Amino acid sequence: MFRLSIQLRQALSKLTLPLLIGLACVVMLLGQADRRLAEQARVAVSDSVAPFYALLATPIEQLRGVGDQARSLVDVARQNERLRAENDRLRRWYDVALALAAENATLKANLHWMPEPTPSFVTARAVADASGIYARSVLLSVAPGRSLSKGMVAIDAAGLVGRVTEVGARSARVMLITDMTSRVPVTLEASHANAIVTGTNAAAPRLMDYPEEIRPEEGERVVTSSVAGAFPAGLPVGTVHYLGPNEAVVEPYAQLDHVTVLRLFDYGLSGIVPPEAPGHVSPERPGRIAPPSPIQSPSQAPHALLGTAPVGRG
Amino acid sequence: MAPQARPERHPGIRPRPTIWRRLDAAARRALPVTFSAVLVLLLCAPLDLPQQQALLPGAAMGSVFFWSVFRPASMPATMVFLLGLLTDLLSFSPPGVAILTLLIVHAIGLGARHALARQGFLLVWLLFLLVAAGAIALDWVLACAFALRLLPLQPVCLELALAAGLYPLLSALFTWAHRGMADPDRA
Repeated sequence: MFRLSIQLRQALSKLTLPLLIGLACVVMLLGQADRRLAEQARVAVSDSVAPFYALLATPIEQLRGVGDQARSLVDVARQNERLRAENDRLRRWYDVALALAAENATLKANLHWMPEPTPSFVTARAVADASGIYARSVLLSVAPGRSLSKGMVAIDAAGLVGRVTEVGARSARVMLITDMTSRVPVTLEASHANAIVTGTNAAAPRLMDYPEEIRPEEGERVVTSSVAGAFPAGLPVGTVHYLGPNEAVVEPYAQLDHVTVLRLFDYGLSGIVPPEAPGHVSPERPGRIAPPSPIQSPSQAPHALLGTAPVGRG
Repeated sequence: MAPQARPERHPGIRPRPTIWRRLDAAARRALPVTFSAVLVLLLCAPLDLPQQQALLPGAAMGSVFFWSVFRPASMPATMVFLLGLLTDLLSFSPPGVAILTLLIVHAIGLGARHALARQGFLLVWLLFLLVAAGAIALDWVLACAFALRLLPLQPVCLELALAAGLYPLLSALFTWAHRGMADPDRA
């Protein structure tokens, strides 16, 4: 390396800065003039520093995780508030869900038991067994002012008992389904066939007028049918029982031999105006109980209502 | 300006300048530029810092200004040029703009160093603010000229504010390094 004089070196060192500034301007102009060159230089630098940045990536990620944690710590009060509100909301829904589950369980438990008592009903105590030789009925004591009406459906704890046939000021009479004049349109639950439960004054009313091709099974559930508009559908009546080979009867769920407390439901059904008293059917009303069975011969209905037991097929 | 020979801090018998001692001294001399380059590299790294790009000019100008004032031997003009080039290429600004601004900052720092050497920190900071404002304004003017339209002034103000806030931190760090780690006389 050749030696320079001190003066020259000082001059050179003083020139360095202006020179470099000029060079900067040249770089600037060059960068504007040839953008591809600038881009290539940038790409080259980026490529060379990329591994360095890649090495940095892991600690940066960890640092960012720490930062996020710190931020969440700072935010913890607000987060807590939000979660508490959400918890309250969810707790309300939890209560709703519990109530719904309980309701669901109740409904499921009652599915084969009693209908939902949506219609208005009154509960009355049976004070006397008003059954005579030809009638099966009970007398209810009713508080004065209670609005009872004919056609109300009487149900005890287990199933259908009968219908209100007479209403007095303080009492009412309920004709039981075992009464000789009682005809209850029913549905066989398994086969969905319609039939008539006919009272015979015996403990178990007969099951009659079911379709020919249907054979009611022993133990099959029998519920009321809404045919003819006398009863709402689905009230439990009893189970099928065979006394003999072709003698199907319905063993009522209700304890008809000693009725104590009855619920009287007003379903607002007026399809049938019940007879004034058990066994006393006014002649202008025969045939009101329309037999749903297609094989029912028209001549049988008046006979049945007049108390002469028709010949059951069952 | 040529690096001036410092008066000996510990006159008297000195240890023999072995190869390790010379390497140590060279490393200490190179520390400011190395640190500045690493700072620029870090601020261009994908750190996801808020306003990371706006932080870069302040950091680069702050370190160049400090070392130009307090130890120009460790921040020669060629190194400033290379630092500017690195900044330009990494930050995707128009090439040459950072070189020019950094060289101007370096020149002003170098010129004012005799006046500033005995002044307190506040005056140095104030001068740096003026220089940085000028440099950032020049940066903005050049960017507008190259883009052929007026660019928004809001990032310019943000850059200046960040530069002003960053300089005391850099100054404290560099002062500590200046007296210890980066002092070639301690090698």
